[in-house]
Amino acid sequence: MINGLADGSILALIALGYTMVYGILRSINFAHGDVFMIGAFAGLYLTPKVAAFLPTPSIWAGLVVMLAAMAICAVLGILIERFAYRPLRRSPKLSVLITAIGISLFLEYAGQFVFGAAPRSFPVLIPSTHITQIHGLSIDSNQIIVLVVTIVLLIVLRFIVLKTKIGMAMRALSFNPEAAALMGVNTDVVISFTFGLGSALAAAAGILFAINYPAVDPLMGVLPGLKAFCAAVLGGIGNLPGAALGALIIGIVETFVAGSEFSTYRDAIAFAILILILLIKPSGLLGKKDIEKV
Amino acid sequence: MNFNRAKTFLLAAVALCFVISLFEKNINSYWLSVCYDIGINIILAVSLNLINGYTGQFSLGHAGFMAVGAYTAAAITNQFTGSNPALADATFLGALLAGGLLAAVAGLLVGIPTLRLRGDYLAIVTLGFGEIIRVILQNMDAVGGPRGYSVMHNWTNFFWAFAIAAVTIYTILALVHSTYGRGFIAVQDDEIAAAAVGINPTKYKVTAFVVGAFFAGIAGGLYAHAKYFISPDGFGFMKSIEIVVMVILGGMGNTPGVILAAILLTLLPEGLRSLADVPSLPGISTQYPLSWIGNTRMIIYSLLLVVIMLIRPQGLFVFKKDKASCR
Repeated sequence: MINGLADGSILALIALGYTMVYGILRSINFAHGDVFMIGAFAGLYLTPKVAAFLPTPSIWAGLVVMLAAMAICAVLGILIERFAYRPLRRSPKLSVLITAIGISLFLEYAGQFVFGAAPRSFPVLIPSTHITQIHGLSIDSNQIIVLVVTIVLLIVLRFIVLKTKIGMAMRALSFNPEAAALMGVNTDVVISFTFGLGSALAAAAGILFAINYPAVDPLMGVLPGLKAFCAAVLGGIGNLPGAALGALIIGIVETFVAGSEFSTYRDAIAFAILILILLIKPSGLLGKKDIEKV
Repeated sequence: MNFNRAKTFLLAAVALCFVISLFEKNINSYWLSVCYDIGINIILAVSLNLINGYTGQFSLGHAGFMAVGAYTAAAITNQFTGSNPALADATFLGALLAGGLLAAVAGLLVGIPTLRLRGDYLAIVTLGFGEIIRVILQNMDAVGGPRGYSVMHNWTNFFWAFAIAAVTIYTILALVHSTYGRGFIAVQDDEIAAAAVGINPTKYKVTAFVVGAFFAGIAGGLYAHAKYFISPDGFGFMKSIEIVVMVILGGMGNTPGVILAAILLTLLPEGLRSLADVPSLPGISTQYPLSWIGNTRMIIYSLLLVVIMLIRPQGLFVFKKDKASCR
């Protein structure tokens, strides 16, 4: 259960990035899972640098590394948007999908070229201890950290989206881009900001993932990326609480399946849940139904 | 389209394939296998074009259908131990058809959710089906599970690959340009309007999935008998994406464009590889001046993809607006 919550919250952080970009641009950012991978690698390379002036493993060093990785990925996300997506703003949606796939492949192959294709072990960033509870329930302190960080980030995100001016602009843009532009919202800035925010969340997820499963490789982003996309669709794409809920459901069910006799089917379960739920409720758990007009 | 002429073209193409296949032994085996890949990719791309291009659905699970066909065909031909060439050909054809039929059943299963889903929701469900097929294959010990499955016969040759590609192109074009098939394009243009004039969109969508999956299954069978070895990982998400890229690059619903894109995208990585083997260039003194391409060719491939899309977002080979005009 705790494992599932931890996995689910990492997925939730990735899924939020998908759903935010979708909400605003109505297109799938396929490169998102690879931004997650870059975030984990940024953590790998930053840890020795941070270790020079902060004692590692410690929580402070972990925080510094995470914030730095988030900043790097935010810049990466904004660059991706600027060069691969913005020139195609007025083209068919599918062309954007192809550039997204192209960027995704580029990050993967460049990652294999630069970082090497073999998995690398991730340094111990935060000391891990086992906390044993009364019922023999064993919890790893890292899982607590994953949960706490996710909750903090979700609160920050909620604050940004609901209470700040740029958050209001984001919501306006996803509601109606033309009307928002007419009301003086600078759409390009808002879209860049959304990409930056989503990529920063993916980087945080990458670091948390690497702390929990201490190995990183250039293709690590593919499967979590797909599952997070599933989670976003499951909750109703474009809907922030929906993405978090969908990710938690997938994370928990996956962990239970992994513990049962069907453990080898683990990777299929996210998709099976998704298909079942979409068959019953085609717009996702918390999604609104679009009424199509002629 | 003039059907008698089209039939003549089909016959001519099949005959040409047969003639070329007589000289197969004289062709470098590496380039021959690239040729098989081209034929197989043409089948895949043209059949996906029926679903994604003409009918306007968005399927990301084509590799899943291909996997069903590949495993079925390989499981059947692996039982064959005789040496009679005619019998071998018949078995191969039967195995390919069986693979195609099973894939079509899978297509029917995927087609049913399209009754209710559209757009990105449909994309993720088809992607999910593809992944589920992959995981199921990984768990089937009878066909090797995650270790992969070796195929005993290398029966795919130039004739089979390209004759079947020609049949696929012919069938899909004939289907789309028939009176019945106009419905596919109507569903793509406007589902509600199509329903209003008495076209059943659900029926058309499911038909598209079934026919597309059938040919993908056959392509899978050819693929299995060209590579001697298949593994579930070879039919993952990336393979589906590769096929989708061919369709979009060629221009949705533009069959000649899609064929060209399939050829181009198969040759591109191989061409980059052979560039790396160029021993010297005029004016440059170092040996193997392009060898750096060998390590970075997939990076170049992905960047080219982005650049092509930025320059020609409507598809590489689309020159006119009208999608379905052939008359």
